[in-house]
Order: sequence, then structure tokens, then C-alpha cells
Amino acid sequence: MNPNVKFRDGRETPFQARRRWLTTFAAGAGSLALAGCDRAVNNPRIDATLRSAEKLTLASQRLILDHQPLAKEYGERDLSPVFRANGTSMPASKQYAQVLQGGFVDWRLQVDGLVQRPQALSLPALKVMKTRTQITRHDCVEGWSAIGKWQGVPLSLVLDLAGLKPGARYVIFHCADNLGETADDTGLYYESIDLLDAYHPQTILAYGMNGKDLPVAHGAPLRLRIERQLGYKQAKYINRIEVADAYAHLNGGKGGFWEDRGYEWYAGI
Amino acid sequence: MTIARMPSGTIPHRAGTAPRQLVPRHSALVRVTHWINVFCFSLLLMTGAQIFNAHPRLYWGQYGADNDHAWLSIDSLNSANGLRGVVHVGALSIETTGLLGASKEDDAPAARGFPAWLTIPSYQDLAAGRRWHFFFAWLFVINGAVYLVGGLVQRHFRRDLLPTKAELAPAHLVQEVVDHAKLNFPKGEAARRYNVLQKLTYMGVAFVLLPLMVLTGLTMSPGLDSAFHILLDVFGGRPSARSLHFICASLLVAFVVVHVVMVLVSGVWNNLRSMITGRYAIELDGDQQ
Repeated sequence: MNPNVKFRDGRETPFQARRRWLTTFAAGAGSLALAGCDRAVNNPRIDATLRSAEKLTLASQRLILDHQPLAKEYGERDLSPVFRANGTSMPASKQYAQVLQGGFVDWRLQVDGLVQRPQALSLPALKVMKTRTQITRHDCVEGWSAIGKWQGVPLSLVLDLAGLKPGARYVIFHCADNLGETADDTGLYYESIDLLDAYHPQTILAYGMNGKDLPVAHGAPLRLRIERQLGYKQAKYINRIEVADAYAHLNGGKGGFWEDRGYEWYAGI
Repeated sequence: MTIARMPSGTIPHRAGTAPRQLVPRHSALVRVTHWINVFCFSLLLMTGAQIFNAHPRLYWGQYGADNDHAWLSIDSLNSANGLRGVVHVGALSIETTGLLGASKEDDAPAARGFPAWLTIPSYQDLAAGRRWHFFFAWLFVINGAVYLVGGLVQRHFRRDLLPTKAELAPAHLVQEVVDHAKLNFPKGEAARRYNVLQKLTYMGVAFVLLPLMVLTGLTMSPGLDSAFHILLDVFGGRPSARSLHFICASLLVAFVVVHVVMVLVSGVWNNLRSMITGRYAIELDGDQQ
């Protein structure tokens, strides 16, 4: 008798029945384990416990990076042939279209918040300040890397120009692109860093890339380069820098567009 | 773990079978760190697959993104027959629809590197995958440090893992390989210790593969790279470190498969008991020397 052929009256052979049971059981156990993992991922208490590791990562990296070491700088021959643009490649707002049309002549960088002297800096005003050029690696949170040459003004110079007020702890970057594609401002890109990273020598406001003006896809007219953290910290299309003592009052309260969507505020890992 | 403290005795045996004796096998240090490691490794592997899925391409060198040459990629292609999964390794391309590149997620075909049943969470969520990965990476590193320090202090490495000169003799190595292939496992006194293939494999895992996992993982951190440029020099760039991280993880999976098969064929309950209670049964008669 072939155990794989059903009985003439259509009944399963014991062999087939056992196999059906085993398959059902295995599939059931498998999906139960999977569902268990997904439930654990969505459990707020487990999530809060897992988030504690981020503090450990930040504390240990701060210990190691306390002396402000420089990220590795590369040579011209190491440049990526094509530097992938990520996130927004063309902000959709009318205001952006207008300043782009006018060659950014009417564009100003607002510097306000906890500063002594709020600023409204034009692109030429930024360009006459001391320049830093660096060939560095851009590391996306997804896992790819690209090497580019960036030219800009150290953020520390702009902050010193405005003068920090006591209580200043964070530098918040407000951007022109609505990556969340919302009708209101809640989808606007923003980012925040603390003063240790803000005053790092390689933290610059870049207006040039690979020897040319910063392309629109890479954040024209001005983007942040903060070389010891991942790509999503490198805010593009910056039009306002706010110095503050906290960032919890903004949007999702986590200090950045991607942070509000679950990613770590400290992106050094 | 001193041997004297471990109770051991002869197990009652049926007539016609060799008398068996329970002997101390694994110290508490080895047992506890082993199971924590099993737990961490499983979660790190599945959350690692989740992270890999965010960009299922691997490169060599200092940079690597979509326009650069990938030595391995898991691609999802749209075809007339629906979504197709294709793995490219060097010049090879392998159809993997259903497993890699295109598999079902919530009963609908989805473009994803590894399938839902291999990733945590099952759906695509890079942020959650990273959060889990880094938490269990910390636990894994702390557990590994306890094992390394404890292993030195208790002379576990020297006593149990370091092969003797005689064991490393080519003739002995060949004999061990032949015995393993025939599933001929040591009995009696010889079963009290690891054989030389076990020693070499465990040393390779504990002192080469697992440390490489940690170091290549740390090389993917832009923060640590700025403090230790040497990481980038040693591994040849962040994309290379990511590739090596993947290769070492694959080798560890291969090790686990062989390890589990060996546990199954050489007496699963005896092996499991020895890794849980520490006691291992050996047959008193029939020594194979």
C-alpha cells in the first residue's frame, strides 16, 4: 500500500493524517514564535528597557570621544563616483522654489533662540567666513557609505558670532523640506545635536560639495556635516538654527524627524 | 568549578549494557555563558537580518552604495509573473524567489532580502531592529567578557581548550576526522575531555569569529571610527567591515548547524544534561583508545 495515496473512500491514510498534523503543528509553533517576537517588539515596557542601551552607547562613546578626535579624512581619489542622494531630493514648498529660482539671493540663515545676537546671514556672508574643506565618509543608517568633499563654515564660528546665552545645550536645525509630506509643518525635517558635537572642528555648515555649489539633491543652499554620526543627522536645506536648552517641545519630542519615527537621537553607532 | 565538589556516581544499568558513570563535564561559568550566548546569538542573527534588509547589498572598500559594485546583492525584480528574488554573488545569479529577495509578508508577496520568519520584527522596521541588535550586542559583549575573564581565572582555556602537542600531530588529526565522519565518538575515559576537533573549533569560535563579529560591528560606528582609525585600516573600510560582519555571521551559522547535528548524533540528552546540570554520563567499559 502506498501511504501517500488516499483510501478509496477519500479518507486520509494514518501516514497522511500524521503528516498533516505535524505540518500544522510546525507552522503553528513557527507563527506563534514569530508573533511572540513581534508582540515583544511592540511591548512598551520591553521597548523602554531596550532603549536603555542607547544611553549606555552614548555614555561609552562620549567617554571615548571626549578628546574630540577627527573622523578619518580621505583623498581625492577615494571620492565616490556617484554620491547617492537620500531623503528629499527637491523640497516641494513654494517658498523653496522661489529662493531656488532667485539663486538663493533672498535666502537667509536665521540664528536665534538662546543667543546674545540673533542673526540673519546671507550665503555670501557665510562664504566670507573662515572655510573648512574635508573629504569624509557619509554613513547611512541603512548600511551604505559614500565619500564626498564638503566645503563650508565651521558651525562653531556661526555660534560664536551669535554668542550663546547661559543654559544653551542643544543646536536645532530647522529645514525647508517636508519629508513627512504633511499639509502642515509637522512633517518638516529637523535635527538636533548637543554642544560637544556642535563645537567639533569637523562640524560644518556646508555650501559646497565636490568642488561645486551644493546641489539641490544634497541640500542646497546649506546642509550640516557632523562627521561622527549617521546620515540622518546631516540635516539638508537648513534655513534656521535654534539654540535651546531642550528639544522636547518640538514635533514628536525626540529631537529629529527620524528620531520621532523610532531612530536613536545619538547616531554615532 | 572544582571537580571534588561535583557529585558523581554509577547509574543503575540494565543487564547487558555497560555501566555508566556521571562525571563533571562543564563548569557553571561555561554553562551559564553558553546559554546566554545562545539567546543573544539568536536575537542578534535575526535582528541583524532585519538591519541587512534595509540595504541588502555588500561591498569591499571605503565606500559602497547603489551605484557601486556589490560583491553580493539580494535583488527584488518585477517580472510578468510577479515579484522575483535573485541573489547575485560575483558573476553568479541564483533564482531565490520565495526565500531571498521576494517572499511572503502577511500573505502578500513582498520585496525583502531575508524572509519574515528570519527577521525580528517579522515586518520591515529598521529602527526596531537596530534597537534590539544593540541591546543584545551589549549583553553579548558583557557575557563574552565574563567568559574570557572567568576562563582565564579558572584555567578553562588551558585545561580544556588548548590542544596538546600529541593531539595536533597530523596522524592524530586525520584519525579524529575519520572518526567524526564515521560518527565514532569517544567512550570511557576519552569522553571526559573535548577531542582535538572540538578544541580547535571552540577556540576558533571563541577567539576568532566572535571577537571579529564585535570588531567589525564596531567598525560600522562612525563615532568609534573617529577614535580608532586603525579599525578602518585593519578591515579595509566600513563597507568591508560590513561584508566581514556578514561573512563571520554566516560562518557562525554554519558552526551552529554542525554543532547541533553533533549534539544530536552523539547523545542528545547526555549532551543537554551536561550543558544544564554540568554532569555527563560516560560508559565505564569499552574504552576506545
